Amino acid sequence: MDVISEFFSEYDGLGAFKTTIYLTLLSALLALLIGTVVAVMRVSPVRVLRSMGSAYVNIVRNTPLTLVIVFCNLGLFLQLGIQLADPNSPTSIDDNNFRLAVLGLSVYHAAFVAEAIRSGVNTVPLGQAEAARAIGLPFLKTLRYVVLPQAFRGAVAPLGNVLIALTKNSTVASVIGVTEASAVMKVMMENRPDVIFVVFGIFALGFVILTLPVGILFTSLSKRLAVKR
Amino acid sequence: MSDSGTLTPDTEKAAGLVALTDVNKHFGDLHVLKDINLSIAKGEVVVVIGPSGSGKSTLCRAINRLEPIDSGSITLDGQPLPSEGKRLARLRADVGMVFQAFNLFAHKTILQNVTLGPTKVRGLGKSEAEQKARALLDRVGVGAQAEKYPAQLSGGQQQRVAIARALAMDPKVMLFDEPTSALDPEMIKEVLDVMVDLAGQSMTMIVVTHEMGFARRAANRVVFMADGQIVEEAEPEKFFTDPQTKRAQDFLSKILTH
Repeated sequence: MDVISEFFSEYDGLGAFKTTIYLTLLSALLALLIGTVVAVMRVSPVRVLRSMGSAYVNIVRNTPLTLVIVFCNLGLFLQLGIQLADPNSPTSIDDNNFRLAVLGLSVYHAAFVAEAIRSGVNTVPLGQAEAARAIGLPFLKTLRYVVLPQAFRGAVAPLGNVLIALTKNSTVASVIGVTEASAVMKVMMENRPDVIFVVFGIFALGFVILTLPVGILFTSLSKRLAVKR
Repeated sequence: MSDSGTLTPDTEKAAGLVALTDVNKHFGDLHVLKDINLSIAKGEVVVVIGPSGSGKSTLCRAINRLEPIDSGSITLDGQPLPSEGKRLARLRADVGMVFQAFNLFAHKTILQNVTLGPTKVRGLGKSEAEQKARALLDRVGVGAQAEKYPAQLSGGQQQRVAIARALAMDPKVMLFDEPTSALDPEMIKEVLDVMVDLAGQSMTMIVVTHEMGFARRAANRVVFMADGQIVEEAEPEKFFTDPQTKRAQDFLSKILTH
């Protein structure tokens, strides 16, 4: 079982999972932000915004994540020269790849977040928005104070699912050279083909440890936060 | 436009706080409001009755533009209803609305339900808004429930909170869209009492209801609608004892015999 100690000592497996966690959390925050904006666009009374919102969801959701991430590197960085890290810093390449991966993961998962929030909006009875409008709240305030707070609470469970998917999908960042968990796993497997199942098991277990509590937490949150009607 | 126009003389229209002129509205093929002309004076309490599907709720909702109309005009205090956006929101703030299904904000406490409008629309400070809200909640008899959530209250209590929420905006006119239709019989009275009390304080009110007792006690005028038209208008006592049109006689014979 020396491969387990190698995981900690030689390969910095914990550091790799730390990168996975950072990737996931940063992307989740940004995806929540973008996804909320897209969801608001999809329920807005302005037709152009509605079409833009659904175009975003339909295009992004139907594009493979690998393609989105590779595009961030080859398209945005190498072709368009978009730098997300200081080019003079010694860790410039790693930082840049990490941030491009966060961007790609956020943009991609924002489409799913938007759909989760929109399903949450559908749990809010129409009368709630009507009552808000009737006391004189304009559209955005109606969303902010009445519809969205209830929509988020109705969307907790699907948002949890998106977060779990995002955690696992963050492994795609390895294709543009981010040393998250799966990248380290590949290296370990190449060096220790004799214990390939053990290596695989360690990393699979790592992801279960990350995602299982998230699932349990979001399920209990969705029950606790449910709006009583 | 000519036949129903005779019900409301032009002079009265000009003086109305709420005035509807030749209002038409369709839901697809269904013509729900047909050439509606109606004017409500300041301080007047108008009860709108009629069979279901007669367009009375749509009429009520059209006045604060929760239902847009196809043609005609609706004015409030001489101002035509703006189409959308900030100006419409400002106008809605001056029109209180009470719904059949109460529609209290489910994620907010009773107190927050009443303070939301004054703080976010009128820009009132939190403590000032809360003070006002508590006074209003006391007035409608649910002051003790201020910290609870809507789902913890009975229907009658919820509807009284909804009235307080509307009143907190200091509206020029109050619209009631079948306020007691979703209530258990024993709760109807507590809501009607609040409404009678309001009417006594010369609030301008438009009430869609089947409560004939309320109409008799508090209304200045009954408007009878059928098939999207205003068929008859009269003082309550006169309307209930001596309806002029066949349609109204029919309707009353059906509801008053029980």
